[in-house]
Amino acid sequence: MTTHDKIEGAISIRKVTKIYDPEGARVMAMKDCSFEMGAGEFTIIVGPSGCGKTTLLNAIAGFDTITSGEILLDGDTISSSLKQIKPNVDRMVVFQNGALFPWKTVIENITYGPVVQDRMKKSAAAELAKGMLHQVGLGEIGDKYPEELSSGVQRRVEILRALINQPKVVMLDEPFRGLDAVAKTVMHEFLMEVFCASPRTMFFITHDLDEAIFLGHKVVIMTTRPAQVKKIVPVALPWPREHHIMNSREYLELKQEVLEAVHEEAKKAFEAGERELA
Amino acid sequence: MKKMKKIFTVSTLRGLLSIILFVVLWQLVVFAKVPYLENLPYPKDVAVHGVEAVQSKTYWLNWEISLIRVFVGFIAAQVIGIPFGLAMGASKVFRDFTFSAFEMLRPVPPIAWIPLAILFWPTRELSIYFLVFVGAFFIVVINVLQGVSNISVSLKWAASSLGARPKDVFWKIMVPGSLPSIITGMTVGMGVTWNVLIAAEMIAGQGGLGRMTWEAYTNHNIPLIVVGMVSIGVAGYLCSMAIRWLGEQAMPWKKRF
Amino acid sequence: MMNQLRTKILSPQLFRAVAGVLIFLSFWYLLTEVLKLPRFKLIPDPVSVIKEWVSFDPMSGRSLFTKEYYIDIAYSVGRTMAAFTFATVLGVTLGLLMGWNRILYDFTFPLVEILRPMPPLSWIPLAVLILPGVEFAVVYVTFIAAFFATVLNTLLGVFSIDRNYFLAARCLGSKPKDIFFNVVVPGSLPFIFTGLQISMGIAWMSLVAGEIISGQRGLGYAIYEGYFLYQFPQVISYMFTLGILGYISSAAIRAVGRRLMAWEARRRGA
Repeated sequence: MTTHDKIEGAISIRKVTKIYDPEGARVMAMKDCSFEMGAGEFTIIVGPSGCGKTTLLNAIAGFDTITSGEILLDGDTISSSLKQIKPNVDRMVVFQNGALFPWKTVIENITYGPVVQDRMKKSAAAELAKGMLHQVGLGEIGDKYPEELSSGVQRRVEILRALINQPKVVMLDEPFRGLDAVAKTVMHEFLMEVFCASPRTMFFITHDLDEAIFLGHKVVIMTTRPAQVKKIVPVALPWPREHHIMNSREYLELKQEVLEAVHEEAKKAFEAGERELA
Repeated sequence: MKKMKKIFTVSTLRGLLSIILFVVLWQLVVFAKVPYLENLPYPKDVAVHGVEAVQSKTYWLNWEISLIRVFVGFIAAQVIGIPFGLAMGASKVFRDFTFSAFEMLRPVPPIAWIPLAILFWPTRELSIYFLVFVGAFFIVVINVLQGVSNISVSLKWAASSLGARPKDVFWKIMVPGSLPSIITGMTVGMGVTWNVLIAAEMIAGQGGLGRMTWEAYTNHNIPLIVVGMVSIGVAGYLCSMAIRWLGEQAMPWKKRF
Repeated sequence: MMNQLRTKILSPQLFRAVAGVLIFLSFWYLLTEVLKLPRFKLIPDPVSVIKEWVSFDPMSGRSLFTKEYYIDIAYSVGRTMAAFTFATVLGVTLGLLMGWNRILYDFTFPLVEILRPMPPLSWIPLAVLILPGVEFAVVYVTFIAAFFATVLNTLLGVFSIDRNYFLAARCLGSKPKDIFFNVVVPGSLPFIFTGLQISMGIAWMSLVAGEIISGQRGLGYAIYEGYFLYQFPQVISYMFTLGILGYISSAAIRAVGRRLMAWEARRRGA
């Protein structure tokens, strides 16, 4: 893999507001949400369910518009109320429930991007993909279909499918949800490995606080709907990290801090839910 | 939550436009004497014959005749087909014994039964009921069977562990659990039923919308043929709506979505 | 334990299936030949049906060993295949495009919904009058039947595709054309094949009606002719012939489907 001389992919989110208006029911998903993600920074987003984390992801990815505010990538506006730059290979998304094409083999999935963008010949892309798989110890699965694989392996393949395009930003929407604890550990090590091999901006949504602190440079805690930044907790643990740091005092203190903030918001969200039902 | 239904969206406007375009195109095709299609009647002639038909008593009598035929044959297919399908789903032994013979008869197109039906049943009316029945019966059974086998085992276990006897499991789990498939079967069956009925009426019937269309054909009254086709379409559509309504009534738990 | 052993050796399922068919046949025989119930007087018994079907010198001139039989089959199969092929090519294409393009959908869906409830067989008189020759009319009626089923199921297939596949494809740099061939087409294949099975069934049904009403030759016509000529055993052997052909054609569709959708088969195998 080639490494960039200068890491790109700094994202600024400035006073972003998003109002959904399905059939006249105004729902404010985000209100004046602002924060920065440095180039090559691993940013974790946590917050109550349905608070608007995925809305923000969709806005950055270019899947959806925003009502007001601005999102910039390396200083260029990619989304505002006036313009929206279409999804592009510089911003890759790994989806919540996985979106590997079930009708394509692992190799066909990974090579899809470079081939469809006419950046590479099919055979060259396949070689590259095989190399990538081999590097992460998945050399044998190239000709399998996704649904023949365990969900942990599927997730790794999907992350490779994103990385082969050399994106500036990788966005992952609860990618390891539903995996068991052991599989998650494997995934974290995998992610750590590929991140260290070529650092790039990561936008990672999760509910799992251990995952958040273990992986992140910083943890952004969102409020309940409409989403705003409640608190940003920097994680100053050294890289690359190994799982035993989860027992360190520093780690536990950070976890406590994040937990308190999240718990407060979760309670608010729960009460709001009760009100809505009443 | 507030819900405002917009009636005049871009989609509905496009829909209306497309229907208007269709009629205009039809008019043009006849007017320009496009080969073969020039034999079509003008939309206006169809409308005139349609208005005339709607005012006549025999037209509505034909509706009645066709609806009764569909109703009798269709209900008979449900009354016999649903228990048959449930029994096949509930008892493996019963299924093993009946399924092969059932599968032997199922691929035979219902309309191929016409000569036998006429031979067997003493009146024409009865043979038409029978054909309509055949049209719906196999579809109903297959759908019920599929419905029963799609019910998850854990539901049955849960019921048993809550103290349900086999009888209760049948009535409280299998019957409601297969309802969605029964309704699907009814919807598909209704479509086939009208198809069979029209063919049966054309070939062997007296009265009915299919026969009316056929007689318009023998009298070379092309506008009336189209009126007949449209009437049959409307009748079939109304029957499908009725099934859909029935489905909503029978499955209140589905409406929440 | 003993039962388990017997299960393996005797396979009660197969035994019961054969027994089921035999019971059906003997019941039929009983009603027609032994009891001779009044309404069954004209219905031929299974023995005479089979005798006629395999006879070297059949009363009706139509059996497994006559040329006539295969000519009838050739006519019916040819018509069905022609209609089915047209319906599939046009129906799948239209369905995919409708599902892919919102504007096309808005313009065509109301028309499809208006024309669809008309049973295919109600087209027979108009088709006979307008089209040049009976052959076209029969094929047209069969076509119409298969066409709407195919369009609708293809459309459902496109709508069934998870939205994330479209988003992922866009993210990975697809142009609309790429999305069509890499997401829309393969994603809707399972529904398309369900639709083709249905359309094949309706096609055979409509073919029979078309042949009876307007056709010359073909199995449907021969059934009706057999009825008029009092060749009732042949009527029944032809009904079963139609059943077998219908069964073979849907088995063929399933086989093609399995080939095209290797990913589905492998999942089931896993």
